[in-house]
Amino acid sequence: MSTSTSPAPATTSAGPLGSISQHRRLPRFGAAGIFAVGAAAGIMLSAVTGFALVLAAIYAVVLGTAGLHVGSRLLEGRRTAADRLVTALVRIAFALAMVPLVWLVWTVVSKGTARLDGAFFNQSMFGIANEGGGAYHAIMGTLIITAVTAVISVPVGLLTAIYLVEYGHGKLPKAINLLVDVMTGIPSIVAGLFAYALFSLFFGPGVRLGIAGAVALSVLMTPVVVRSAEEVFKLVPNELREASYALGVPKWRTIVKVVIPTAIAGLGTGITLAIARVIGETAPLLVTVGITAVTNLDPFNGRIATLPVFAYYQLTRPGVPPEFAVDRAWTAAFILIILVMALNVVARLISRFFAPKTGR
Amino acid sequence: MAKRIDVSDLDIYYGNFKAVEGVNISIEPRSITALIGPSGCGKSTFLRSLNRMHEVVPGARIEGKVVIDGQDLYGSDVDPVDVRRQIGMVFQRPNPFPTMSIYDNVVAGVRLNSTKLKRAALDELVERSLRAANLWTEVKDRLDRPGAGLSGGQQQRLCIARAIAVEPEVLLMDEPCSALDPISTLAIEDLMTQLKERFTIVIVTHNMQQAARVSEFTGFFNLAGVGQPGRLVEFNPTEKIFSNPDQKSTEDYISGRFG
Ligand SMILES: Nc1ncnc2c1ncn2[C@@H]1O[C@H](COP(=O)(O)OP(=O)(O)OP(=O)(O)O)[C@@H](O)[C@H]1O
Ligand SMILES: [Mg+2]
Repeated sequence: MSTSTSPAPATTSAGPLGSISQHRRLPRFGAAGIFAVGAAAGIMLSAVTGFALVLAAIYAVVLGTAGLHVGSRLLEGRRTAADRLVTALVRIAFALAMVPLVWLVWTVVSKGTARLDGAFFNQSMFGIANEGGGAYHAIMGTLIITAVTAVISVPVGLLTAIYLVEYGHGKLPKAINLLVDVMTGIPSIVAGLFAYALFSLFFGPGVRLGIAGAVALSVLMTPVVVRSAEEVFKLVPNELREASYALGVPKWRTIVKVVIPTAIAGLGTGITLAIARVIGETAPLLVTVGITAVTNLDPFNGRIATLPVFAYYQLTRPGVPPEFAVDRAWTAAFILIILVMALNVVARLISRFFAPKTGR
Repeated sequence: MAKRIDVSDLDIYYGNFKAVEGVNISIEPRSITALIGPSGCGKSTFLRSLNRMHEVVPGARIEGKVVIDGQDLYGSDVDPVDVRRQIGMVFQRPNPFPTMSIYDNVVAGVRLNSTKLKRAALDELVERSLRAANLWTEVKDRLDRPGAGLSGGQQQRLCIARAIAVEPEVLLMDEPCSALDPISTLAIEDLMTQLKERFTIVIVTHNMQQAARVSEFTGFFNLAGVGQPGRLVEFNPTEKIFSNPDQKSTEDYISGRFG
């Protein structure tokens, strides 16, 4: 009681609770004010040395932080000052991390909106020399190839994860784990060359097939699915498996009816993020599916255009004049970003809606 | 229906660690057998070896014999899944299925075993099981709500309802009342008394009065020392254990003069 009503400004007051130290805290705007003073000093300093925006920002942040630390040290004591300093450092680090992200999104959005028109979504590049044209064929190609990839990787990945978590004993799961780790590290171009070599065996050199691209992407996606599904299955409490076994339920039914439903939110999220991971892959598709100007929706027959490869060729072989192709490349990149973001949103929705409910 | 359980020279291991040693016990059909003993002495471990739940733990194994109505429980031709269908279990910690509603939790054993029942029969089963577990009045208006949203004691009673819904011939209960208030505890004890007309019941409890109230036979487990395996020190009719036990350590434990 006396600790809250005591008027004593002392840092330590021996009340009935022993020594509960009391610290003077700067009011909310006090701290901000000190920082602002330091920052203003920094800006002035940069003005003296010839104003430059980036330099001014750096000076302002450094002097503001230093000022806050010193001021807080004088007014509030050592521990609070350290707290303020570290808080400031953490916020600065966060801001630094955000810079490239914001910059990238800003660049893509500002350059990508030039061709964000109807034609871009319903025309292919068939018969287009410079102006106009669209990426309908590439958008459809990306969606088709990604879908085929998911159809291959998800069952293989899920079943592997189930084996590793629920059935694996002894050496085999260790070996599989090692292989999955190695696969996770495979450079994407190597996956592409592998699929290309594989399909060349059957269709001769120079083969370009959508399914070959899907196989290449599967090599990249499967280990991601295995790892994320494995983590999620491990999170399912053993007590639930035991509860099911104790009711006389066989193991496989326990997995299907108890383990997978309990893990479904995490599985959905993991799979969606794995898809997001491969949807923007360029190198493997470059060597396996190539590019085409026309719309081809058949992954088992001939070249298919995809967004990343489309962007690549629009940028590297723009033709004359180059502006139109460069605009198309940026818009394709913009759509790719939107696709990835949409997948992330879907992942969040999945984990929200499928998470076990407590009903409270 | 009820089954007799004969255990001889049972040693139970977790990997290389011997948790329980040399148990000999005969559990009578249509009776309640209570197991008491200090924490960590292997009561749960022993209980789980009676319906082959023990081997679910990686590296866990047993030596010795468990015979149920003349059939060797650990015989090479015995399917553990069949064993568990006949010998139900309530765990020490409540573990309702978080993805299922209260209703689905109760019928989980029936559904997961893909036994087809009419909706009306299922409804009837749910009500009967929940009433027996003294949970019906609390949840009858929210059977479709998630089972994980119940309080700890309610979850425990839900798990009891789930276990008796499959009508096992033997029911193993590991401290079923440890999270319950006295009223629910009495209801569960009533339930046990009803069930023993048809089933064999083995219950682990830390509550001496409960053991004295409900059980016909009591087994006292104890540790010889830290790191040593637990042993069944004494197994006798409950009256004898609580009035005139054979072993000094049993008397010390029951009267609270322990350790
Ligand atoms: N899964 C396990 N793996 C390894 N050792 C275990 C495992 N479960 C239990 N043990 C060990 O077996 C011994 C007996 O444990 P058990 O759970 O059977 O005790 P308990 O008598 O049920 O105790 P409590 O009254 O606290 O529930 C303990 O030494 C414990 O550490
Ligand atoms: Mg126990």
